[in-house]
Amino acid sequence: MSQETILEVNDLRTSFFVEGNEVKAVDGVTFDVPKGKTLGIVGESGSGKSISALSILQLIDSPGKIVGGEINFKGDNLLKYNDNQMRKIRGNQISMIFQEPMTSLNPVYTVGQQLREALKIHRGLGKEAGTEKAVELLELVGIPSPRSRVTQYPFELSGGMRQRVMIAMALACDPELLVADEPTTALDVTIQAQILELLKELQDEFDMSIIMITHDLGVVAETCDYVAVMYCGKVVEYADVNTLFKNPRHPYTVGLLNSLPRSDVDQEELEPIHGTVPAPHEMPVGCRFAPRCPFATDLCHEKLPDLEDIGDEEQVRCWIYTDEWDGDPEVKVYEPEARTTKDQ
Amino acid sequence: MSQKQELLKINNLKQYFPIKGGILGRTVNHVKAVDDISFNIYEGETVSLVGESGCGKSTTGRAILRLDDPTDGTVEFDGQDLLSMSKKEMRDMRKDLQIIFQDPYASLNPRMTVRQTLNEAMEIQKVIPQDERNEKIAELMETVGLQPHQVDRFPHEFSGGQRQRIGIARALSVNPKLIVCDEAVSALDVSIQAQVLNLLKKFQNEMNLTYLFIAHDLGVVRHISDRIIVMYLGKIVEMGDTKSIFENPQHPYTKALLSAIPVPDPEKKTDRIFLQGDVPSPMDPPKGCRFHTRCPFATEKCAEETPELRNEDYMQDGHVAACHYMKDIEAGVHQPTKDTSAVRG
Repeated sequence: MSQETILEVNDLRTSFFVEGNEVKAVDGVTFDVPKGKTLGIVGESGSGKSISALSILQLIDSPGKIVGGEINFKGDNLLKYNDNQMRKIRGNQISMIFQEPMTSLNPVYTVGQQLREALKIHRGLGKEAGTEKAVELLELVGIPSPRSRVTQYPFELSGGMRQRVMIAMALACDPELLVADEPTTALDVTIQAQILELLKELQDEFDMSIIMITHDLGVVAETCDYVAVMYCGKVVEYADVNTLFKNPRHPYTVGLLNSLPRSDVDQEELEPIHGTVPAPHEMPVGCRFAPRCPFATDLCHEKLPDLEDIGDEEQVRCWIYTDEWDGDPEVKVYEPEARTTKDQ
Repeated sequence: MSQKQELLKINNLKQYFPIKGGILGRTVNHVKAVDDISFNIYEGETVSLVGESGCGKSTTGRAILRLDDPTDGTVEFDGQDLLSMSKKEMRDMRKDLQIIFQDPYASLNPRMTVRQTLNEAMEIQKVIPQDERNEKIAELMETVGLQPHQVDRFPHEFSGGQRQRIGIARALSVNPKLIVCDEAVSALDVSIQAQVLNLLKKFQNEMNLTYLFIAHDLGVVRHISDRIIVMYLGKIVEMGDTKSIFENPQHPYTKALLSAIPVPDPEKKTDRIFLQGDVPSPMDPPKGCRFHTRCPFATEKCAEETPELRNEDYMQDGHVAACHYMKDIEAGVHQPTKDTSAVRG
């Protein structure tokens, strides 16, 4: 990759061990996060996108366990770090915001106390200096009258304000990488627009890299520079955002785009993906998407394809794009013209 | 919709929820969840209620089925006044009026198999003689795309999308005329959501069903609706044909709402209107136009006078909005009084 990367995830594997069975939630995930850019990880429930994010910060609790791979942050493999070293990274160089701001803020501490905690641990700031910085941070994220807000409790704030407080906490120590796990999913669309714009502005101000985890392709299109599409614990496609939307390669990505009801164009009929995501204990041996894929051949059902480079900064995990492809050679999974004619 | 037949007629519907307080538990205030709304739904069409949390869209749906008894107003269904009916009459009425809920996990009885669930609905409504029910159940299973052998399974054995299909099968089992879909596809992943949306459309064509669709996802709404009603803080602010609303929104709130939707096309840039602040509390809604506290175009008049829903001559027939200045805004005469380009004001 031509540009500087801040995080390289290589063959990450995180499993859950339940009743003697191993459920591979993240099954060999590989992606890069370019510095100062936003990588979107998109996928449906159970695709392993959140577990991947939690694995980066090693926030996986028993019965889950990171069983393999590398997470190279600025050249160092975080998986080699001990608890103490990890604690110095979390909330400092890498921080995270979660979906539900009400459950991730502590209800019995004031906003100021919670903001001061990270500042005390990582920067050694005392109460007064911490409060000053907290006020500054609240102002940064656009909370009106920040000085009176620092003494308030989370329940006194609206959902949008709480998410702003979460962002302020995450930014407290000028992180180089921010992991945002569905940061706007619980918010109304007008508030979502505010929060996404805020994140974009802050990213420019602080030259921060962001991993944006979401199921919403609209959010991906608006906020991300690069996108990794996940399905059943694996990355099936990686591309820059324009390429992904204009010329998606993997039949799953195409299926997702075709099944999306859009607010900006008229559509006659949606083309859903047939079937459902396989249960974790019934994972197909071949391509995970083969049972639902309209193009699948015997090869797809028998052998798992690798995530292969198919262009500049573009990767896809699909037999169609390999020499081994034994199905229809003319198979075109996506015809952009067919979609644009539906535009008014 | 060649001959428009009114199926549902709602007039001045109000739903106030009391707030109890003090040691005597007296009513100290009300949440005005729905405050004086009127609209009609014609047979065979899909009308969507949209708006953000707390705007009263779900409350409206529940009030129509009398799952909560409305405070005031009338609900006429097929010419009959639902609000004056006794509990028993209302239960019989629900044969024609069904609802599909958002959460397929919470709206099915976990101790009943699919067969029992469907049987119960038919038993209560007595629409189908007992000896024909198994046949009807098999037919329903097939219609909603479930395997016949799954009929004796329990809800926990199904995925979210499949459970929502069971909810749909249950609603269809009594041959209803109107189905209220309260965020019926919101909990589903997009690939499954598309399956369910297509299914709902198919049934509508085949059985001439009428839908009242309650949703916050405007992509879904544009796809499924014939007409759209936009609500804000318990009031209707705009109402009209889907095309007219999406292409020519009049109310500043509708404009802001539409501009806020993230578009799944990285090359399309939208001029976003950022609303300042949050939705005010429905306990103490602002006087005048309820949107004036966040409206970029608001003046003193907006804080005092409540605008009525009206149609201006340049708007399409049936498209109405409640804004004092919509005509002047459209003509470019009335300029914004607040900045809407910043998120850190």
